[in-house]
Amino acid sequence: MPEEIAVADRSTTVRAEIKLTEESFLSDDCVRQLMGVGEIDILIGLPTHNNAKTIASSVAAIQDGILRWFPRERAAILNVDGGSRDGTPDLILNAAIDDIRGRKFRNALRTLPSVSTKYGNSAERGTAFRTILAAADLLSAKACVVLSPESNITPEWLPALLSPIYRENFDLVLPSYIRQKFDGLLVSNLLYPLARALYGLRIHEPYATDFSFSGRLGSQFLTQNTWNSDIDRAAFEVRFSTAAITGAYKICQSSLGVKPHVERKSADLVPVLRQTIGELFCVMDPTFAWWSGKNGSEPIPVSGVAPQVELEPVRINRKRLGKMFQTGVAELQSVFQAILSPNTMAELQHIAQTNEDDPFYPSELWVKTVYEFAAAYHKSVINRDHIVQALAPLFRGRVQTFLLENKNSSSAEMENNVENLCLEFERLKPYLLEMWK
Amino acid sequence: MREIIVSELTGAIQELARDFARFLPRLIVLVIIALAGLLIAWLLKYIVRSVLRLIKFDKLSENAGASQLLAKAALPSSTELVSRLVFWLAWLGFILLGVSALGILGMDEQVARFFYFLPRLFVALFIVFFGLLAASFFSRAALLAAVNANYPSARLLSASIRVVIMVFVFSMATEELGIAEQTVLLAFGIAFGAIMLGLAIAFGIGGQELARRFLEKRFAHENRGEENEDELSTL
Repeated sequence: MPEEIAVADRSTTVRAEIKLTEESFLSDDCVRQLMGVGEIDILIGLPTHNNAKTIASSVAAIQDGILRWFPRERAAILNVDGGSRDGTPDLILNAAIDDIRGRKFRNALRTLPSVSTKYGNSAERGTAFRTILAAADLLSAKACVVLSPESNITPEWLPALLSPIYRENFDLVLPSYIRQKFDGLLVSNLLYPLARALYGLRIHEPYATDFSFSGRLGSQFLTQNTWNSDIDRAAFEVRFSTAAITGAYKICQSSLGVKPHVERKSADLVPVLRQTIGELFCVMDPTFAWWSGKNGSEPIPVSGVAPQVELEPVRINRKRLGKMFQTGVAELQSVFQAILSPNTMAELQHIAQTNEDDPFYPSELWVKTVYEFAAAYHKSVINRDHIVQALAPLFRGRVQTFLLENKNSSSAEMENNVENLCLEFERLKPYLLEMWK
Repeated sequence: MREIIVSELTGAIQELARDFARFLPRLIVLVIIALAGLLIAWLLKYIVRSVLRLIKFDKLSENAGASQLLAKAALPSSTELVSRLVFWLAWLGFILLGVSALGILGMDEQVARFFYFLPRLFVALFIVFFGLLAASFFSRAALLAAVNANYPSARLLSASIRVVIMVFVFSMATEELGIAEQTVLLAFGIAFGAIMLGLAIAFGIGGQELARRFLEKRFAHENRGEENEDELSTL
């Protein structure tokens, strides 16, 4: 009995120490505001940076969702702002829940307080997420949902993301979207197949900006993750998903409906590669023991039903992608020599030189290329950021081939092709292990 | 007369013998110092080689582009080269110490100059090595950025950056070594100025179209929507 008391005392002390550390990470003003909120059941984290255009509708949807599906729960909105200059935090703080109440005849039993804190003058996704984690830990939230104001948030997202955690004891709920044809090509051609082959779970959105997690997963990630300035600046999404997978937490996917297409410039590809594939390459090192023994993959539970809709395809300039791929292979020869094996290099040069209009980048070669890049990243053959940047022209080449292959495919056929690519990644996993040595 | 000659000769031989007797211990000291130096230099070489292998110096050198230069000049790997350099410098230092023990007039000054030169040599080597590393890093960064931004002549841009950094580095190294300081500085100033002027003229005259396209792309917002509609959607 005394031993049990001692263990309980120690765990209380450790928890208190963790809280103290995280309280010191949070600003005094933020802690004061959070103390005013008190203990809660649900925390809604809203990281923002100049989102005045969409924030009002996002907050209204959140309030509506909470009032409608979680009227008895103690909930709060936490806005973590990266120095917006368009008054985004004010819009959140001024959005009164009474407007929703009156308009939609909702009868909430509790208030929905909003807290806003500023962590810097530029968007740092890692810092924003750390703030949300620390606040959730401090308020002992049972469930926490993180939503991006850039997403087209609807009230239905709240139960879709929170119910599996709150009512079914899941630890991480990742979204599953319906996309326009040819939208999310990095996810379908690289991130999803690679993460699936590595970790053996069919998580369609390993890089999710809208997701929810349990208090215990949040606290665990907060304390186990070594936070530093690099991690604060980096994207956390892939790191967090991987931590949940390797920590054997209960994960599910929830259907959120249609994901609106976001216009991007071609120059955006490299930062996006850094945030996604760069992070995945980075976490491959510490989790090697976990993923090296995994073969094949298994599905994870999916909640909600995805509506069957055929959306307009996104317009993409295929010829431009092909040209950028060919230029990349020709100009970056010296860089690729350090990263790729001579065989892969020769094959790439061959496909870049033949069939000038539509170079054909086969799945097997693409998988080998990605695995050789991962191994080169692990061995740091050159600067790691340069390795990630060098992948961009090759990714364009692969996308060009994917677009050509699926030009006249239906959504189901395209999904089937992505599935085949995933199986190719799984089949060639021993090649990755061989290159890794 | 005969006696005088014999006496002088005997005196001279005795003097020579005395000088030799005085010199012999110093020679032995020189040999001992040289042998001890050989042993210490060999030990140093072994230690330096082990340390360099431990810190994967060859890989660093490969990243800096130094290994490729060495291979072209049919020289051994950079780890081997540095450890041999350390061996020879250490042994030469000991030999010179031994030579100074011989007490030859003016030798002390030469030995002192050698030891004064050694740190400068190491600093120059340090500058060259890290300069090559910087040149390699920045030229590769420029190459990747230019290719990903779809700018023309990416390799030319990258090579120019490498050349400018290397010229800068070698002029710093020669200045450190004190080799033709004024000439090198002047040559560097002229070369650097010429490159910049050349680039400015080339961009102004030859690159009118490029500059126009660049400025349009940068500032003409009205064309952006049209350009973006065909862009790649990633996430």
